[in-house]
Amino acid sequence: MHAKAHSPAAPAERARPLYGVIAEYKDVDSLMAAARKVRDAGYTRWDTHTPFPVHGIEGAMGFGMTRLPWFVLCCGLTGLSIAVLLQWWTNAVDYPFLISGKPLFALPPAVPIMFELTVLFSALGTFFGMWGLNGLPLLHHPLFEHEAFKRVTDDRFFLAIESQDPKFGLESTKALLASTGVCADVVPVYGNGDKGALPNWMKNFAIVMPILLLVPLAWIVTARHSTSPKTRLQLIPDMDQQLKFRNQTRNAFFADQRNERPRIEGTIPRGLLREDQQLHTGKTGPGENDWATQFPASIAVNEALLKRGQERFNITCAACHGQTGVGDGLVSQRATGKYPSWIPPISLHAENLLVQPVGQTFNTIRNGIRTMPAYSQQLTVEDSWAIVAYVKALQKSQAFPVDKLSPEERQKVASVPR
Amino acid sequence: MTSSAMGNASAIVIDPDIDPRQRKSLVEGDHDFTSITASIANVAERPKPPKAWYVAMAISLPLTLTLFGIIGYLIFKGVGIWGNRQPVSWAWPIVNFVFWVGIAHAGTLISAILFLFRQKWRTSINRAAEAMTIFAVVCAGTFPAIHVGRIWMEWFLAPVPNDLEMWPQFRSPLLWDVFAVSTYATVSLLFWYMGMVPDLATFRDRATTKIKKVAYGIFALGWRGSSRQWHRYERAYLLLAALAMPLVLSVHSVVSFDFAVSILPGWHTTIFPPYFVAGAIFSGFAMVVTLMVPARALFGLKHVITMRHLENMNKVIVATGTMVGYAYAMEFFIAWYSGSTYEQFAFINRAFGPYAWAYWIMVSCNVIAPQFFWFKKIRTNPLAMVVVCIFVNIGMWFERFVITISTLNRDFLPSAWGYFSPTLFDILTLCGSFGLFMTLFLLFCRYLPMVAIAEVKSVMPQAHPHHHGDDAHGAGTHSH
Ligand code: HEC
Repeated sequence: MHAKAHSPAAPAERARPLYGVIAEYKDVDSLMAAARKVRDAGYTRWDTHTPFPVHGIEGAMGFGMTRLPWFVLCCGLTGLSIAVLLQWWTNAVDYPFLISGKPLFALPPAVPIMFELTVLFSALGTFFGMWGLNGLPLLHHPLFEHEAFKRVTDDRFFLAIESQDPKFGLESTKALLASTGVCADVVPVYGNGDKGALPNWMKNFAIVMPILLLVPLAWIVTARHSTSPKTRLQLIPDMDQQLKFRNQTRNAFFADQRNERPRIEGTIPRGLLREDQQLHTGKTGPGENDWATQFPASIAVNEALLKRGQERFNITCAACHGQTGVGDGLVSQRATGKYPSWIPPISLHAENLLVQPVGQTFNTIRNGIRTMPAYSQQLTVEDSWAIVAYVKALQKSQAFPVDKLSPEERQKVASVPR
Repeated sequence: MTSSAMGNASAIVIDPDIDPRQRKSLVEGDHDFTSITASIANVAERPKPPKAWYVAMAISLPLTLTLFGIIGYLIFKGVGIWGNRQPVSWAWPIVNFVFWVGIAHAGTLISAILFLFRQKWRTSINRAAEAMTIFAVVCAGTFPAIHVGRIWMEWFLAPVPNDLEMWPQFRSPLLWDVFAVSTYATVSLLFWYMGMVPDLATFRDRATTKIKKVAYGIFALGWRGSSRQWHRYERAYLLLAALAMPLVLSVHSVVSFDFAVSILPGWHTTIFPPYFVAGAIFSGFAMVVTLMVPARALFGLKHVITMRHLENMNKVIVATGTMVGYAYAMEFFIAWYSGSTYEQFAFINRAFGPYAWAYWIMVSCNVIAPQFFWFKKIRTNPLAMVVVCIFVNIGMWFERFVITISTLNRDFLPSAWGYFSPTLFDILTLCGSFGLFMTLFLLFCRYLPMVAIAEVKSVMPQAHPHHHGDDAHGAGTHSH
């Protein structure tokens, strides 16, 4: 069938465009000689085909260095810059990693990744750049229509001149090649019409597949931005679901099926005996505003209590309220602006708080207020009172009239570095 | 055609047997391009592989399946199935990881470094060695990936924007390791595959069945041996080699940082990077020899993978083995010279502590065994060299075992000291990784061009043109 295809007289050929002519050689030397001849004849659109890279053929064919190395250089520099920017931005800017007080960004520890990404990008650039410049991959090429061309990957050497070449003439070019050391007839090669094209089903697949691939992505995106009453789908549950009864669930073990057990009549759980109302609630009466204005009798307000309060305050409250209580804690600093819903804590030195009864401040700590959560789980009653005492002291410290200070104290205050 | 090509060539090239300036031919026997193609392609084209191939497959395939089974069980159950316990929490998985990464060095080293140094003898062994690199990296990469425990959290290693607004810690050697090993795997794969494309085209053009034609055809990317393409191809190959060379040296250096950057006695030493690299080359070459000796006999490739190749590799093995021996001695010297009691204890513990047996296995296999290669008789005897090389690989596995375990088992708190013992799963995982490696290698031998056909042709005397005429290189032409 191929043999027929090569005869120019065959009627089927008219539909198939002429690609060019091809000559076959047995060894490197004849090929080189032929290449020089074609080069000197002034042809431009032609190529030689060999089973292995023939050294020196560039000169014989008259073409220069590829610009691939420049492309690779650019890729390498891109990789290098990405490595520097990535490490600097992620570890020093967006999420500062402070490790043993070392600088957030320094070159030496960044070198390994810089090196790796430079090499990686250059290598990818080399690989894809080379194929790109070579115009590969190709599904088909007219030369593959020439049966003998199969031996180009084995032991034969070919020279093909394209019909697109301005100097090309079917007979003249054939004659030129025939005058070189060919080992077979110089023959024309015809294009292959549709043979190189993708089959239709592949084309359709190529269109449909990316769209189908977007479906799971779209599903994930919607799932991330919507709520659902159902529990979340967990492929790997880790230890989230454990074999235990959760709060407010049914428990068939008990007759009333309630998982939470009611308190037994006439008893009190350990540690929940709260006889001293003022100590536990900060109130002195049943009314809504019966706030205690004094510390409970069992709490001795002394320096030890203030010290304890200071420690607890700095641990529990300063993250939001700041160590001076003005509301500049680290959590608040980081969250402000980043989360629009964040309400910064109010200053503990607001007018109304200065005169607030101690019982009410105590209540704020135990039960939380508006957007501030309750801290009764983290703090004992005694510690909460200690914090109240410390907050009161803190308020005094920030609003003390200067003229009431003794001269020594005034000097001391002035000497504190700001 | 043979006679004319040969006749042409021998007119110019002086017979190596009479001209002392000429090295021995790289291809043995009376071969031309046609017979080289045929003999190499025959491995994949013969209807059935040799019996030994089936035997090897029958051993390695079940081991591979065992490995997959264990990995499944590990994911389901957790790393507790291995012997990793405090104080030895970095146990066999890391030992195996470092061992396999080491093996993975020979391939790219042979391909890249020997290529840049224009050591033409590399051409017939580089393909198989590169393949081994890829398969060894596959085995190596498996270990850190599965030993992190909750493998579905692995994406934490990559800089992926996430809802914790948190990024990986780029100053950790463990993260460098991720980048180094994955870059190495990628570059080695590109290098291997790119080198194989022209040979895949040969397979495509010789294919007798439609399936083969299509399969090889797809991977041959439409290669048609055009000189303009070859030119860019060779440039790209050179560039990749130049990129891979520092990469080879860096991978094991970075792996050694995992140890050296920590502050544990026995690990925290500056000698680690070069010492690891030498050890890697050592074990890698030993593995190449171990596999190439049977492979060249089985697949009838003795004329391309010649005794000269094997001998050269054995010379590299003695050289690197001696370097490794030097490193062992130097470690002791530095421990003594540092004056640090902890450092000294770590080394005395290494050589005379509970793992003394492992230490002395390591020394005998790595330092003493390769010295036999000083004798030409042993260096050129296939059986003897395989035996030595197997010892070397046993030794190199023990080296990583000794480094990892003997430092961890006795840490700073004597009450926490312990003795590591592997579980059955540890042993099966290691054997399974060998199975995986062998399976991949066997498949490669059978279905892919085991020797770089085009490259071998290009180092044959017939490949060199003999009249350098008026070819001003690239004069007056535009780049393309
Ligand atoms: C998570 C951050 C956070 C922490 C921790 C926190 N607070 Fe607050 N606090 C707030 C915010 C926010 C407000 C303002 C609430 C509002 O106005 O919606 C507030 C308000 C207050 C007020 C004023 C209540 C009023 O009557 O208006 C007091 C007093 C107070 N906090 C004391 C404390 C003390 C004491 C602690 C430590 C036990 C503490 N806070 C810990 C966030 C916090």
